[in-house]
Amino acid sequence: MIGNLPFVACMVLIALGFWTLLFKRNLVKLVIGVGLIESGVNLFLVALGYVRGGVPPIYTYAPAGAPMVLPTPQALTLTSIVIGLATTALMLAFAVVIYRHKGTLDARKIRELRG
Amino acid sequence: MSRWVMLLAFAVAAGFLIFGAVAVRPFGDPPRAEMDGYFNRFSQPEVAANNAVTAIVFDYRGYDTLGEATVLFTAVTGVALILRRWRA
Amino acid sequence: MTVVVRTIARLLFPVALAFGGYVIMHGHLTPGGGFQGGAVAASALAMVLVAFGPSRLKDKKGLLSALESLGGTAFVVLGFLGLGVTFFANVLAGSHGLFGRPVPYGPNPGDLNTAGTLPLMNWAVGFKVLAGLGAVVLLFALFGGEDDR
Repeated sequence: MIGNLPFVACMVLIALGFWTLLFKRNLVKLVIGVGLIESGVNLFLVALGYVRGGVPPIYTYAPAGAPMVLPTPQALTLTSIVIGLATTALMLAFAVVIYRHKGTLDARKIRELRG
Repeated sequence: MSRWVMLLAFAVAAGFLIFGAVAVRPFGDPPRAEMDGYFNRFSQPEVAANNAVTAIVFDYRGYDTLGEATVLFTAVTGVALILRRWRA
Repeated sequence: MTVVVRTIARLLFPVALAFGGYVIMHGHLTPGGGFQGGAVAASALAMVLVAFGPSRLKDKKGLLSALESLGGTAFVVLGFLGLGVTFFANVLAGSHGLFGRPVPYGPNPGDLNTAGTLPLMNWAVGFKVLAGLGAVVLLFALFGGEDDR
């Protein structure tokens, strides 16, 4: 009996991402924080679709008669993972360009808007 | 000073998240599963695929995958545009 | 990198590509699919990039671009294939033709010749993801300069 412990674990992951976004200054660490929040949300989506005693929704060599977990959250999490990857690549590209321009990755020092 | 404000905001947000996770609903007991039951039951007769997740991704929700491919293409184009311009 | 890393990378590159192809090919039978297999194959490209430096793959940008365009176009064309019913309708499933063997309900050992347009879409998306991720990693590596460590 584990209760709602998986949900709590996902929320702890999201809270760690918030902590990173609030208290870190390095741009790469901020990107890592966004990635933590994405991972927590993806885990939460998959955990919402779990059925007690369920097997994966794949019929190849599946045990007969066992309940299957919900497939729709898994499919949409697949979409979410790819979109998160795209945004992470874009953010890292911006970080590289900012470092090339300003010579620093500190978010406090690159706040001004002059080029 | 601002650090304490941020700590308070973080504590409120984290407490809200944890409380929501405890109070949302029991783990492993989805309240409404008709649509997913349909997908699990008919992914083999309708789509002829053993993997229900692949059947959803490429058949029932194909538009979603089309948009996802568009997002990936746009991201690659953006990275190429950003990283090509300031070539040293 | 050192000769050990280069040798291991040279050995593991076809293995990683073959495993990505396996994951894509069995996407409608086992866990996995186009995106996952494409990511695995792109990790092989990243390994070559780490081991040999970006100058080894510099002339492959045209190939990656062509693969990405090919995958996207094939995906949309496969979607248009079902336009007699709706967009993205699976016309090949259960038609006794290409990938058209019908599947009864229930657990079974799995058959590659099923699922209609799904394996073809898996291959299209797999090539698209392989080319996209490979292009992103290659662009990041090429941006930093031409040091061939």
